[in-house]
Amino acid sequence: MAVDHFARAMDDNEGYPMRLTVDGQSFDIDADPEMPLLWALRDLIGKTGPKFGCGIAACGACTVHVDGQPVRSCSLPVGHATGAITTIEGIGTPGKLHPVQQAWLEEQVAQCGYCQAGQIMSAVALLDEVADPTDADIDNAMGGNLCRCGTYPKIRAAIKKAAVLKTARL
Amino acid sequence: MASVGKIARRSFLIGAAAIAGGVAVGYYYYRKPYPNPLQGDLAAGEATFNPYVKIGADNTITIVAPRAEMGQGISTTLAVMVAEELDVGLDQVKVEHGPASYAYYNAAILEEGGPFAFFDESMTAEAVRSGLGVVGKFLALQGTGGSASTRDGFNKMRQAGAAARQMLIAAAAQKLGVAAADLETANGSILHKASGKSLTYGEVAANAAAMAPPAEVRLKDKADWNLLGKPQKRIDMLAKVTGAPIFGIDVSLPDMVYGTVKMSPRFWSKPVSADVAKAEKMPGVIKIVPLETNYGHGFGIIAENTWEAFKAAEAIDAQWADAEYPPDSEAIAGVLKQALGAEGSAMRDNGDVAKAFAGAPPEKIIESDYAVPYLAHATMEPMNATARLKDGVLDIWCGNQAPTLVRQLCANVLGIEQDKVTVHTTFMGGGFGRRVEMDYALCAALMAKAAEGRPVKVTWTREEDMRHDAYRPAAVGKFRARLGDDGLPVAVDMTIASPSVIAGTLRRLFPSISPIGPDKTIVDGAYDQPYTIPNYRVSAIAAPVTIPVGSWRSVGSSINGFFHEGFLDEIAVAGKTDPVALRKTLMAAYPAAVAVVEKVAAMAKWDEALPPGKAKGMAFSLSFGSWVGEIVQVADTPAGIRIEKMWIAADVGTALDPGIIEAQLISAAIYGLSAAMGQEITFADGMVEQSNFHDFDAMRIFQCPAFEVAILENFHKMGGVGEIGTPPAAPALANAIFALTGKRIRTLPLSKAVAFA
Repeated sequence: MAVDHFARAMDDNEGYPMRLTVDGQSFDIDADPEMPLLWALRDLIGKTGPKFGCGIAACGACTVHVDGQPVRSCSLPVGHATGAITTIEGIGTPGKLHPVQQAWLEEQVAQCGYCQAGQIMSAVALLDEVADPTDADIDNAMGGNLCRCGTYPKIRAAIKKAAVLKTARL
Repeated sequence: MASVGKIARRSFLIGAAAIAGGVAVGYYYYRKPYPNPLQGDLAAGEATFNPYVKIGADNTITIVAPRAEMGQGISTTLAVMVAEELDVGLDQVKVEHGPASYAYYNAAILEEGGPFAFFDESMTAEAVRSGLGVVGKFLALQGTGGSASTRDGFNKMRQAGAAARQMLIAAAAQKLGVAAADLETANGSILHKASGKSLTYGEVAANAAAMAPPAEVRLKDKADWNLLGKPQKRIDMLAKVTGAPIFGIDVSLPDMVYGTVKMSPRFWSKPVSADVAKAEKMPGVIKIVPLETNYGHGFGIIAENTWEAFKAAEAIDAQWADAEYPPDSEAIAGVLKQALGAEGSAMRDNGDVAKAFAGAPPEKIIESDYAVPYLAHATMEPMNATARLKDGVLDIWCGNQAPTLVRQLCANVLGIEQDKVTVHTTFMGGGFGRRVEMDYALCAALMAKAAEGRPVKVTWTREEDMRHDAYRPAAVGKFRARLGDDGLPVAVDMTIASPSVIAGTLRRLFPSISPIGPDKTIVDGAYDQPYTIPNYRVSAIAAPVTIPVGSWRSVGSSINGFFHEGFLDEIAVAGKTDPVALRKTLMAAYPAAVAVVEKVAAMAKWDEALPPGKAKGMAFSLSFGSWVGEIVQVADTPAGIRIEKMWIAADVGTALDPGIIEAQLISAAIYGLSAAMGQEITFADGMVEQSNFHDFDAMRIFQCPAFEVAILENFHKMGGVGEIGTPPAAPALANAIFALTGKRIRTLPLSKAVAFA
């Protein structure tokens, strides 16, 4: 049952006990409900896969899923994060990669790699929505994810490859 | 012949920086091999052959790649150099960055620091070059930069692998009682074919490492390479697609606290008043401490988590002294313009420029003023470092481009000896020159002093990062050409004024050293281009603005690529010659340059007409020892100008990993296009006006063109890779926009004059 911790603790600036479901596990934390989900994940739970890039939802490095929807966790108050949260660490592991991760590996997408957790989470959400995305679909879904290394051509190629891999696994 | 000594003492500023390091390290080190830093820190059963190779009894093979991985793939390519000669697969080795050590000095970073163009192979140029290499060793700079890592590592790393292999073979020969010449190696094993006996490297590693290194190290011929020259799977890729904690910002230690910084919004200014009482009382705040480093003044906030530190930083109420430099962009532009009127130091002066312009008919003269703005690095990972000071010993974890400098400066700021500092270098979420700076490490070290022995992870907000960079300097240039009757330039006079990157860097990293001599970086990319023009002068003027400026991907070439190649396009138009044909004529003496221009023109079908509403522009730049031609195609769309396609041809001499090189060329081109399209850092009241990606954005996926890349290996010397795609990107785009619209844009960013889709 979803509980809106934010509403219950609006006037209380101190820590507030709440329970988060992250990558299929439950975590009990004590936090200011205004704290962005990103910092709860990174500093309180120890999930460092989602990255801090801007703090204003402008770069996408912090992208995670809440109930399957991609959200910028740097700008979502943890008190509002009431659904099931999935991070890059929850979609696959080195031994059992998600098709999108597999495609990223095969296309050798990453350079510095810092934005890639966010890129991959946006791409996973896109492919859950659109099985065989067009270039325009990719532009629309990925425009909020900045990459300073300029890996965009490989990101585009990897998304198309992932679409094929994902269909093959079904 | 000019005296080498005299030229060396003229000390173009990179030389001054090198000498600064020489003072710190001492002449003593010259020609004396550094001790192997791996010796004291081996696992049980592990043996080390040299600073680059460790092999365990269980055949675990570890290669040390002592350069910073910031995305450029250097950890992979350096490891491949060793693996190639060691005869092991890349999947059989572990790769580590290794400790901060003078053993890992980068000589190549300085070899191109002298006042000679890369293609100048005269005796004087070669002598000064090797002299600067020696200074590189004095400096013992374990640096990553100058696109120098592969050139520096190419012999050292291969020799390390080959020497270890020869020692392993010798030990195996002893153990098996056979001749070394009868042994072969493959995949980490030594085989005696005649008897079928084999040993793993691990089985003989301890004995082998105890032997004297071979007097003569034999390297493979290029034709026998199995790994080098072919695209490899990057060793860091799996970690990067699974969100592994590999970056400085991911460091997690027992008992760790968190923090952030709030530095003076005016560079170098001290607080005139500060009230931290409110911030100190905020939830989770542990301590607020004043910070003072070579980078200026501010506060460090230590808290129970990063978010609470951010909030407390906002609550600090401080007033800061006025700026010591012109306070706004208009005043800065005035200083630059004034500097341009001074007499510059000519770094290139062919023929007699004054005479060539005297009495020229006005219709044969073209004159243009160019300008580029300050730029931030804006790495994806905001600055951060984690430090722990316990019992007088500092441990510091951070991504950085110069571990020995981290060690030295952190020791200085804490007043401890360098041997009490351990630097743990992590992967970097981008560098581009930003991680040459030391501010993030110095702040963390000072905050660790207040953290009672607990580690403190200090993360900057994006706003602090954007507003406290060592920026790519603004620059202005005055360009004149006299055309001959054939449309070709008879004379070119270029004067460029910019704040000095080297002087700025010395102030922060070696404040006791005064800069001497002109700064070559002001004209890098303009004075050293492979064009023959009978009267050709390029002069540099350092403008007195003390806003911090530093190395930004391709440094001076990022400025002068745009200036020089934009102006050459103007010469082509005024002289009614084709831009590609003009370049080929002027660079005829440099076949490598001609070949890349011909290649990129062929790839882009330069000679074929385009439909209305589309146009192409080209540019060329020689930087960091590599020759690069780029062509951009743009289209006019209802939403603005769309960059449709980009072709790149690059001659890197020897291509060690074509896959990584192609990725770097595209990366550097996008970095240059991003800046050219829309980036600028401006100032008001002494403060940076931009703060985050909403007002300092970069190219997005929907703006990204398709790329086609060709890698050539015509030139006989290896060039760099990480920066060379940036210098031609802005002028190729601006020249394409001119071809499309007839609008000659001489000031960046281009978005001030045109809209992009």
